[in-house]
Amino acid sequence: MQDLIQHLINGLSLGSIYALIALGYTMVYGVLQLINFAHSDIYMMGAFASYYVSRWFNFEAHPGIVTLCMALLASMTACALIGVAVERFAYRPLRGSPKINILITAIGVSLFLQFGAQLIFGPNPKAFPTLIEDVALIETEFIVLKSLEVTVFVITLLALGVLHFLVYKTKFGKSMRAVSHNINTASVLGINVNKVIVLTFIVGSALAGVGSVLVGLKYPKIEPLMGVMIGLKGFVAAVFGGIGNMTGAVIGAMIMGLSEEFVVAYLSSTLRDALAFGLLIGILIWKPSGLLGKNTVEKV
Amino acid sequence: MKNFKIPLFAYIGLLILGLALQFGLNAYIQILILQILMFSIAAMSLNLVNGFTGQFSLGHAGFMAVGAYTSAYLSQLLPGFLETTHVFGFFIFSVIAGLFASFFGYVVGLPSLRLKGDYLAIVTLGFGEILRVVLLNIEPLGGARGISGIVPYPEFGFLDRFWVSFAYISFWFLVCLFFLWRITRSRYGRQFMSVREDEVAALSLGLSTTKIKVSSFVIASFFAGVAGSIYAHLISIVTPTVFGFLMSVNIVVMVVLGGMGSFTGSIIAAAFVTVMPELLRSVQSVTGYDLRMIIFSLGLILIMIFKPNGLFGDKELPYFLSKLKRKKV
Repeated sequence: MQDLIQHLINGLSLGSIYALIALGYTMVYGVLQLINFAHSDIYMMGAFASYYVSRWFNFEAHPGIVTLCMALLASMTACALIGVAVERFAYRPLRGSPKINILITAIGVSLFLQFGAQLIFGPNPKAFPTLIEDVALIETEFIVLKSLEVTVFVITLLALGVLHFLVYKTKFGKSMRAVSHNINTASVLGINVNKVIVLTFIVGSALAGVGSVLVGLKYPKIEPLMGVMIGLKGFVAAVFGGIGNMTGAVIGAMIMGLSEEFVVAYLSSTLRDALAFGLLIGILIWKPSGLLGKNTVEKV
Repeated sequence: MKNFKIPLFAYIGLLILGLALQFGLNAYIQILILQILMFSIAAMSLNLVNGFTGQFSLGHAGFMAVGAYTSAYLSQLLPGFLETTHVFGFFIFSVIAGLFASFFGYVVGLPSLRLKGDYLAIVTLGFGEILRVVLLNIEPLGGARGISGIVPYPEFGFLDRFWVSFAYISFWFLVCLFFLWRITRSRYGRQFMSVREDEVAALSLGLSTTKIKVSSFVIASFFAGVAGSIYAHLISIVTPTVFGFLMSVNIVVMVVLGGMGSFTGSIIAAAFVTVMPELLRSVQSVTGYDLRMIIFSLGLILIMIFKPNGLFGDKELPYFLSKLKRKKV
């Protein structure tokens, strides 16, 4: 019982990180119908940005909420900038070309960021600074609630709250939903589609930036290829929940995180990476549109 | 018999060429040529999926891994078999490797190809990753060490190992080229292109698009398996890491650079992509950095932006040759 609750907490905190990554995939897919392969590498860049900022300003000497927020800010800014640059220089020139070309470009961008990072930062893993002390907040005989897990969970909830506000309560959110519904009609109705796409990339990439700092806190080792596996899992979570659907992405990510935690705890840790693949195949066979996705019929 | 005239002449021509290469070139260039032929097989078969059927597979190296491990494991399991049967043993192993890879292609392709959209890309990407993890953990297949000391192609009288390898690989090369060439110009093969052009229209004409997509994927996986089997005997060692995402991307680059829908383009691009890193080694010694992958990925983006059809587009080499001839007259 004690173990179960502990695994539940760990799984939720892992799932909330996946949720932050999955949201970026699902938002970009919503407006552009594009699997943004570079998303996982934008996330990696965010981790390095916060790493270097923390080192320059010596954040490690004063761990706490303020330095954490500053690291988050650095990472989010860097991710947003890279996201905009990728959209502007790689995806925009290809708007309207066949889907397969855009997909190949996305892979090119992803590889470019990966190998660029290996060249600039070096291929060796780096130790992420401790930005917040890991102390037990609540310690009963049932559970140990550590400050790290609570931080991860609270920051994710905050980010999701801000996202919800942005998407459902602001004009930008309304236009983004319009674009994702039908890009042509939206542009006929006077929505600046390019602006909306850029903003979507900013928001999605910033969320990945938040995720990267949280992963850095949880698993303090960052390297240029750290985005590959987590990106794949984030994408699977997005597909699982119904790609293009933001609530679905969060639910899918939570299921991912929980099932991964339980598989590692009760079955075998070698199955950890195979699980994501199994979930993907399963959902593609039984409900291809995802948990919350709508079954769309194509009209000619 | 008429149908086999051109391939037969091409093969005899290649055999004689191989003889010239055996005496004319050093071993370094010889092995590069063999690798070019091997990657051509992989690239041409991927072109059937990516170029002709309009699907997007990112795990071709995974199917090569299946083929390579099958061939390697078989030659470990049956020691002496290859020595007694000579080239036929290799042929049988390659066919088994191809069939095994195409079985995997069926299993991976069926759930993802039922759907429209880019699911195949992500599923094949995942397949490559999972296969690597699985291979790392299977002890009979060597785990992380892989299988080494795989029987290489034999010598044959005064013909050395290179010539036999060359003859064997170019046999499969021609089989792959002519099989794919003929199939894409047949009634059956036009179905592939109809799916690429417009899936809804193809459906409304009564074609089973899922079946078409899966069969194209299975054929491609077969040749990928054969290429993998060739790899195993050519390099003599297989490890889980070589058949990673990067090799898949390399093959995709060959297809894209050569032109999606052009087999001869794939061959030329395979040669280019295989030779380029070797040439860039000298650049590396000047700058001191390994810029090869940066150039690669940047090249991929730039091709897509400025020349999205690749070198040849969907035309084949004879088209350009005849155009050239016309100009001269």
